[in-house]
Amino acid sequence: MTPFAFARAADTADAVRRGRVPGAKYLGGGTNLVDLMRVAVEHPAMLVDVTGLPDTIEERPDGSLLIGAAATNTAVAGHRAVRTRLPVLARAIAAGASAQIRNMATVGGNILQRTRCAYFYDHEGARCNKRTPGQGCDAIDGFNRMHAILGASAHCVATHPSDMCVALAALDAVVHLQDTGGSRTVPLADFHLLPEDHPERETVLRPGELITAVEIPALPFAMRSDYRKVRDRASYAFALVSVAAALDVQDGIVRDVRLALGGVAHKPWRAFTAERLLKGRPASEVLFTAAAAAELADARPLRDNAFKAELARRAIVAVLGSLAGKRS
Amino acid sequence: MPATITVNGTAAPLPDDPRVSLLDLLREHLHLSGTKKGCDQGACGACTVLVDGDRRILSCLALAVQYAGRAVTTVEGLAADGALHPLQQAFIDHDGFQCGYCTPGQLCSALGMAAELRRGVPSYVTEDLAAGQVAASHDEVRERMSGNLCRCGAYNGIVDAITEHQAREAV
Repeated sequence: MTPFAFARAADTADAVRRGRVPGAKYLGGGTNLVDLMRVAVEHPAMLVDVTGLPDTIEERPDGSLLIGAAATNTAVAGHRAVRTRLPVLARAIAAGASAQIRNMATVGGNILQRTRCAYFYDHEGARCNKRTPGQGCDAIDGFNRMHAILGASAHCVATHPSDMCVALAALDAVVHLQDTGGSRTVPLADFHLLPEDHPERETVLRPGELITAVEIPALPFAMRSDYRKVRDRASYAFALVSVAAALDVQDGIVRDVRLALGGVAHKPWRAFTAERLLKGRPASEVLFTAAAAAELADARPLRDNAFKAELARRAIVAVLGSLAGKRS
Repeated sequence: MPATITVNGTAAPLPDDPRVSLLDLLREHLHLSGTKKGCDQGACGACTVLVDGDRRILSCLALAVQYAGRAVTTVEGLAADGALHPLQQAFIDHDGFQCGYCTPGQLCSALGMAAELRRGVPSYVTEDLAAGQVAASHDEVRERMSGNLCRCGAYNGIVDAITEHQAREAV
């Protein structure tokens, strides 16, 4: 590991002041960053520990939640308001990693975790445009069973590994950001970027900018929501495909719906196409199948992952069908 | 920042080099070799320790300096006055190991799991998310312990030991 300086941020102002220094990185639970430093993919000159910053989960009068970025994954999944009002978020977090990692990992760090593409990790043996811009991509013609089928480019086919972010994308979550110049908010669905010509650019974060909180607007029908993760073993594995959904069916008609996919793209994939098709129509397996097909119409499978499109379609239909059958 | 960390009730100095992981601090600096280094990349759970009483974490992915002023419990801190912790005895009673390398991590992890169950932290297989407490069913234990690998495959004994210990705790 390359030597680095370490500082513990006293508060948010202190953090963003330290974060301006070139080569500085914010450190949350370390479950991804420390690992990447050990394999020489990341080599920050300085780590600014932000785990002492606000980690409160605030239930606001309008029904929204404001979650401090330092809150652990476990704290969020275990919070009563999340368990009872946002089951999709509790289940998505519980589907990720292991209990030990969820105890360490923060909300901010989860959002900023990097792809688990094996070629990205292998800095001595593989080419990667994300790690070394312009180098080439060994995943495109390599073992790419885990890789993207939507929104990929000729330069990168990596996926975003987070489960939590798939639920946040479905829930219209908003990311709160701060730097020394001030603060701003960005919808989570717009926070991560598609790879295009610059896969090394993964988010809209500016240099030195810090995630301070995540806001989840009130969504009463999210009481009827779920997260389903399809993976190679029953637990502790990254998603091949995952589905986050909330469904509002009244008198047999889909009044409203939120749908997002994980494991299929460089970012948590909000399924806007399917949502448009679903709204206002009679809830049925025929409708769910058509919506799933429309969302996956642009899927571009690689050598090893053609199964993902069909898997995603079936997972969408299964989750929506299950939610439609539940009484709220 | 306090320059010490408390390990099994005893204050210990933190390393000057921030690259030292909590795992290496325990094993190489403090010579507490009960905590094991399996994969050193957060995949196997052999390095699991407890922080602030009952929060299980992976010491291999933790930088020691980040835990300044905190209290860490390792497997060496489980037995009191030479008497095995009831969970340790349950592992023996149920053959919850073969080579024993993963056992310190399994023990600390299971104690952390017990606390999470008491607090109502849900798992991916928890059916009733609204429940304030979650029962330690076979499926819950298997899911919640999935971060601890056992290459000998002693999983049946491990799950039995943890389930029996949980049942006694719940009385």
